[in-house]
This record gives sequence, C-alpha cells and structure tokens, in this order.
Amino acid sequence: MNIEWYIVLSALLFATGAMGILIRRSPMVILLCLELMLNAGNLALVAFSRMVGNGQGQIFAVIVMVVAACEVVVGLGLIVAIFRRRLPLNVDDLRELRG
Amino acid sequence: MSATAWAWLVLLFPLLGSIAIALGFRALPQKLAGVIGTASIGLAFACGVAALIGLLGEDPGARHHASSLWDYASVAGLDIKLGIYLDQLSLFMVLVVTGVSTLIHLYSYGYMQSDEGYHRFFSYLNFFVFSMLLLVLAGNFVLLIVGWAFVGFASYALISFWYRRETATRAGMKAFVINVVGDIGLVLAAFLIFRELGSFDYGTVFEKAPEVFSTNEWTVTAICLLLLVGAFAKSAQLPLHTWLPDAMEGPTPVSSLIHAATMVTAGVYLIARTHVLFALAPTAADISAFIGLATLLVAATIALVMTDLKRAIAYSTMSQIGYMVVGVSIGAYSAGMFHLMTHAFFKALLFMAAGSIIAAMANEQNIDRMSGFGKAMRFTSVTMLCGGLALAAFPLTSGFFSKDEILAYAGARGGMYLIFVVLGYFGAFLTAIYTFRLIFRVLQGEPCLEARELIETGHVHHAHPFNPATGEQEDTDVGFPGPEHHIAESSAPMRVAMAVLAFGALFGGLIQVPGVDNVVSDWLDPVFTGPVLAHVHPSIAWDWIGLAIGGAISLLGIWAAHWLYIADPEAPRRLETRFRGLHDFLFRKWYFDEAIDLLVVRPALAVGRFSNRVFERFVVDGLVSGTEGGVRGASGVVRAVQNGFVRSYALLLIAGFAGLALYFLLSSS
Amino acid sequence: MEAVLFFLAAIGALGGALGVIAMRNPFYSVLALIVHLFSLAALFLLLTSAFVAAAQVVVYAGAVMVLYVFVVAYVGGGGESAWEPIPGQRFLAPLLGIALFVELAVAVLSSSLLALGTDGPDVNAGFGNPAAIGRLLLEKFLLPFEASSILLLLAAVGAIVLASNRRQTS
Repeated sequence: MNIEWYIVLSALLFATGAMGILIRRSPMVILLCLELMLNAGNLALVAFSRMVGNGQGQIFAVIVMVVAACEVVVGLGLIVAIFRRRLPLNVDDLRELRG
Repeated sequence: MSATAWAWLVLLFPLLGSIAIALGFRALPQKLAGVIGTASIGLAFACGVAALIGLLGEDPGARHHASSLWDYASVAGLDIKLGIYLDQLSLFMVLVVTGVSTLIHLYSYGYMQSDEGYHRFFSYLNFFVFSMLLLVLAGNFVLLIVGWAFVGFASYALISFWYRRETATRAGMKAFVINVVGDIGLVLAAFLIFRELGSFDYGTVFEKAPEVFSTNEWTVTAICLLLLVGAFAKSAQLPLHTWLPDAMEGPTPVSSLIHAATMVTAGVYLIARTHVLFALAPTAADISAFIGLATLLVAATIALVMTDLKRAIAYSTMSQIGYMVVGVSIGAYSAGMFHLMTHAFFKALLFMAAGSIIAAMANEQNIDRMSGFGKAMRFTSVTMLCGGLALAAFPLTSGFFSKDEILAYAGARGGMYLIFVVLGYFGAFLTAIYTFRLIFRVLQGEPCLEARELIETGHVHHAHPFNPATGEQEDTDVGFPGPEHHIAESSAPMRVAMAVLAFGALFGGLIQVPGVDNVVSDWLDPVFTGPVLAHVHPSIAWDWIGLAIGGAISLLGIWAAHWLYIADPEAPRRLETRFRGLHDFLFRKWYFDEAIDLLVVRPALAVGRFSNRVFERFVVDGLVSGTEGGVRGASGVVRAVQNGFVRSYALLLIAGFAGLALYFLLSSS
Repeated sequence: MEAVLFFLAAIGALGGALGVIAMRNPFYSVLALIVHLFSLAALFLLLTSAFVAAAQVVVYAGAVMVLYVFVVAYVGGGGESAWEPIPGQRFLAPLLGIALFVELAVAVLSSSLLALGTDGPDVNAGFGNPAAIGRLLLEKFLLPFEASSILLLLAAVGAIVLASNRRQTS
C-alpha cells in the first residue's frame, strides 16, 4: 500500500480531533479529542518508520504513548479535583484568566 | 598680572559676592551681608583700576585685548568662546559701573537696614552688577546677549523686590516683557550678523563688516535697526519706554543704580560698541538719532508736570539718555560716553537724595505734599542741589561740559544736524525748568508736617505703612518695605556715598574741558577708528560758544523755574487752567500707555482667548482626545480576544496554524 | 487483500473518531475511542509494527482507557447545553477542521513529496518485533527511555498531589 494513504488518514484523524476540541465543552471529551490527535501523530510516525525502513519512528511512537499516558493521568486528576470542589465541569465556566 | 586677568577678576568678585550672600542668607548676620556685598563691588572697582593701570602702560593703538577662558559652543561653523574683550570703551564702562555701584551699595547698607529682605537685596544687587559687567566686557555677541538677559532678569527681580505689593509685581512684569521685546531684536540682529559675517566674535565681525557690507545695504541697515530695538528697550527710548516710570516701584537704591546709572545705559554702550556697523548704515544711525531727540523732548515735557518725585526723576533719566543716544548716533562717541559718566554721577545722587526725602516723608512720594526740607535736612538738600545743578547744566558743573559737547558736535556736522542743536538746547531749557521745579517745590517754602516734625523733634515722621502709588495699607513683613525709614542725616554710609557723588557731579566735568584737557576723548578716541559716520572735529572756539549758549540757557531755565515756583506761586495753577488740555496730555504721559494697551496688549489678550477657546479646545484637545479615543477603541477590540474561553484560544491557535500552513503551501508551489 | 484490511481499519478509526466528537454522553465517547484505538492497532499491524500494535492495545486501550472509564464513572457525564457563548465558534470550528485537513492533504499528496508514493523498502522479518524495538530502546535510545520513565514518575506523583484531599482548603 502506498504510504500516502496512511498519512492522509492521519491528517484526517488529526483534523477531526482538532474540530472536536473546538466544539465540545466537557473537559473529559476534550481530553479524549487530545488523545485522538496524539494517536493520529502516532500513526504518521509509524507509517514513516515503515517508509524509511528503520525502527526509529516506532520508538518515537512508543515514547509518545508514554507521554500521552502521563498527560492523561494529570488531566484526569485535574478533572477529579474540579469535580470534588463542586465546580461546573464546563470549560466555558472555568475562565478566571481573562483580560 | 595682565590687564585681561584683572578684567576676569572684575567679573569674578560680584558673582562670588552674590553667591556667598545667597547661600549664607540664614547664617550671615545682616551687617556682614551688607559688607560682603559692598566689598565685592569695591574689589571689582579696584581690579578695574588695576586693569586701567595695565592698559595705560600700553600704546594707545594697541589697548584692545580679547581673552577667553574656554570654548562655549564649538560645532560645525560655529565657534563661540567664553571670552571678554577689554579695550578702552569696555574699561570705561567697567569703571563707571563698579564705581557708582560701590557707592550705591554703601548707600543701601544704610538705607535698607530695617528691611526683612536685606540679604536678598544685596544678593540680587551683586548679581546685577555681575550681569552688567558681563554685558560690558563680553567679547562676542552671544555673551553679550547672555549678559543682556541676566541684566533684564536682575531688573525684574529688583523692581518687584517688595513682592507682596501688587503694583510692584506688575511693574516688574511690564519691565520684563518690554525687555524681552528688545531681546528679540538683539537676538535677530545676532542671527543676521552670523549669517552675513560667519562669526559672533567682536574682532572678526568688526574687521569683516566693512569688506562684506556696502554702505546702506539693506542687510546691515536691518541689523542696525534690530540692534536699535534692543537698545531702545533697554534704554527706555520711545516707544519702548513705558516700563521705566513704573520701575520706580523698586527701592530707591535700585532706581538709582539700575534705572539711572547702569542698566539703562546698556543701549548706549551697545550702539557705541557696534559703531562700525552703524557707520556702514548711516540711515539707521539717523533714525536712532531722531528717536533719541524725540525721547529727549517728550520725556522733558512729561517731567514738567509729574507729581511723583521718583517718576519725575525717571523721566529726566529718559530724557538724558536721549541725549546720549543722539550723541552716539551722530558720531560723537566720546561725548556721548562722557555724558553717560557724568549722568551716572548726578542722577544716582539725585535718586539718593530723593530716597532720603521720601524716607523723611514716611514713604510718601507726591511732591504736592512736600515742602521746606531745605531747613529740615541740610545735608540732603545740599547734595540734591549739587545734583540738580549738574543736571540743569549749570556752568562749570559736570553736566554743563558733557551735554554741550554733544550739541557742539552736532553743530559741527552741520546741515540736517543743526536741528539737533536747536531742539537739544530747547530740551536743556526744559531740563533746567523741571529740575528746579522739583528742587524749589521740595526744598523751599514753609516746612510741611513731616519737615516740621524733623526740625522740632529730630525724629523721622512715622506713618502706618502704605503703598505710595495706591495708598492701600500694608504691613512691614518680608516682601514689604521695612518699618524704619533711614535718612541721610542719620546714616553715615549714606552720607559718604552721597558726598562722593556730589563731588563727582560738581567737579567731574573738569577732566574734559575743551581746549584744556581731553582726558575722556583721548582715552576713548582710539576705539572709534575705521569707518565713522563723519570726520568732524568741532573747533575749540565753537566748543566754547556752545558752552556759553548752554550756560545761558541753563541760567534762563533756573530763573524761569524760580519765577514759576517761588516768585509767583500762583503762576503754575494759572498756566494749568489755561492750558488744561495740554496739561492733561502731558500728565497722562502722552497717552503712550493707553496706546500700547490698545495696539499690543488687547490684541495679544484676544489672541490668547481665541487660542484657549477655539484652538486649544478643538484642535489640540481634539487631537489628543481623538488619539486617546482611537487607542481606547482599538485596545478594547484587542482586549475582547482575551475572553477567558479556552475554546476560543484553541480556535485562534488552530486558525493561526492553518494560516501558516496555507502560506507555506502557497509560497512553495 | 491489504487494501481491504486497510479500508476496514480506516473506517473503524474514522468512525471511532467521529463518535468521540459527536456523542452526547461522555461514556459513549470513551467507548468510541476504544474502538478507534483497536482500529489503529490493526493499522499498525498492517505496517508490520507488531510491538507498537501490541503496546497500543495493552497500554493505551488497556490501561489508559480504563483510567478514563473509572473517571467517567466517578464524575458522571451530563449533557452540554445547546447555547454557544462564543460567537462564531460553531461556524468556524468545522471550517477550520476542513481547512486543516485539506491543507495537510495537499501538502502530502502534492508532487514534490515523491517518497510517499512508494510502498516502502522490503523489510526483513524482524522489523517491528519486540527484539528489534528492545535493542533500539536499550542501545540507541537509552536516554529517551530513561527520561520517559522519570516523566512517568513525575506524572504519578503529580496525580496523587492533585487528587489528594487537602485538609485545610477542601
């Protein structure tokens, strides 16, 4: 298969994830969309690794997975903390940092 | 030490005196401040004499030196040094200024004793002397302008010395504003000189001027006319003279020093110093001479009806300076400067005597209320008589020789200048009349209340302090005159000063008797080489004829005054009623103040109001508020981006990324 | 054959993605993401990256998603109101998404990136298997490996701090 297909699919998934962040308001779902974007990046990395012929892209993808896991852990911890404080779980309502 | 080194010291001592008194005014006891002030000027006079001795040891043709301390401004094409120019003319002025100033400082030591602002007075007075010496010794036009401006400031500070008096502060402002008008003329003249001749330095300018300018070319005429604007503002000639009578609001020593002997003569000095330029522009010189003549006559006529003692003497000053201006404008430079010197003596003396009398009257200045002080104050009246005789050019006094020398020169030039002779003698006649009008009114007759008090008790009359011009009540705190009034009879320093000046007024003319000795003209003539207005030397015979005519006119004038004020006391009142219109015209000072108010002050105020209401409100404020509004609007729009919504930030981020990607796609295709 | 599998996996991935962004209930979004992840694992297998595929299933779909499930169960998931407070967001978001995709696609498919049009070189049998990955991790990429383990530690500590009960303020 042409690698192109994989890259285009990755771009499509990335754009979908980006659109999701812009549309959804629940922090949970926004984190899920972030996962989408990360995975799209992973797909591109692995495709390039196959195209070039060495395993560097795959290593990169594994490290990305580790980072994604860390990010999820911290993000979900934030959500739990917000929920515990009885604040609304809505990014539009959490906007103290305004000009 | 060289003569120029002494000249620098002349400048240094008054400056040090002024600074020392100013900085130590809290610590210095009153008498010490007075001593420091007087001694610094005395030292300056001594240094001036030393410089004179230095110059005397040189060849008359080589007695001019320029000396500079350091570069003041040295940029492309411009080279101004902090330099002085010592020659016979500037040294002459230095000696006159420091000599008379020392005596006036001595006088003030006694006169101002009970004033709360004693230290301030001496500091300002020393600063004034420093500025005047700077003006006189300056070696280039820039430093001249600096000295000119300082002198104007010192005059303002001293006129409004009693600053809590509204009349005094207003008079100070009036003097300063009119002086600034003169400053503008002077500065423009300096610009023109630099543009045409490329330098500000006296030596360079006066050397190059005859080569660059042809006679009566419009540039050199313009320069001279602008210099005249400056000179006339400073020397109170028509039409910039209205500040001088109001300047009498200052203390009497101030009137005596600044507005009689020194500052008002700066204009005369300026014309004499730039004689090369005036010789190249005879038209301007003639205009100057005619304005001097006009001032002479106008001021003399006003002095005939003035009732305020100091203002009458001020108009007399204006008139005598008219003589000096005529002198230096027709080419009689030495004569004009000689008259400057003698005038300094007798006018300062007259003011000192007037100060003593006003003190005896407890600050009353109206001569209608004064009489009979001849019996009450012997010393003052004798010295006043000496000054009056010299002013009226009584035979063999100093004024006799100096005034008539100018008129003799005019006569020798002949042609159009004979009008100066005729009108000059008429002015001398009026001078004699108004001088002795004052003397007879104040000194003769039955002693008035204050004089009687002085005769009987020996104490000066005491009245509640008041403003002599408006009559409103004052107190004697700082900013107002002090509580005690010092008359010459009770104050030794005042007597010493007045005695020295009386001697000079009576016998100072003997150094320039035509045909006998020519001290002044021998000293000054080498300065006025190069292009001159006329190569005229009045013969000695004509000199003596002129002196005889002058003496006769002076005696005639004194006799006329005697007839009007002593022999027939009702005559003045009869004349006044018969010539009511003329009297009012003269009493209102030829309506000059009103004319200036109409022509200058009101339009200026109208422009100011217009600027405030229209220009300031709409244009300036509009521009500023418009900018402010624009910025506020723009920042409001920008601020709206920071709305706190994470999603909108994400939107902007992705939009930016998409934009960048688009740009790169397009640029690489 | 390969193409068919590719398209199946691609549809699965895309469907999962669309499900994530479209579902109202966050729990359904999580489930959609799990589907997406499995499809991605299939795609990795198609690219002969066996280890990455396995890691995807075990770590991502297994551990990370379980975390998500726990939190969604704890937090619950309400719907979101229909009203959009930011003007223009509902309009611009799909626009930008499409613009982004188009630009990336154009960049990828344009004539200058020639290498993408290939199938890639023939690789030996050991490409992408754990041994190869392990060798790379411990030889060439030792530093990133260690650094990411420190990162994991930091994340764990951070999460504990975030979620702990603060006696004073809560």
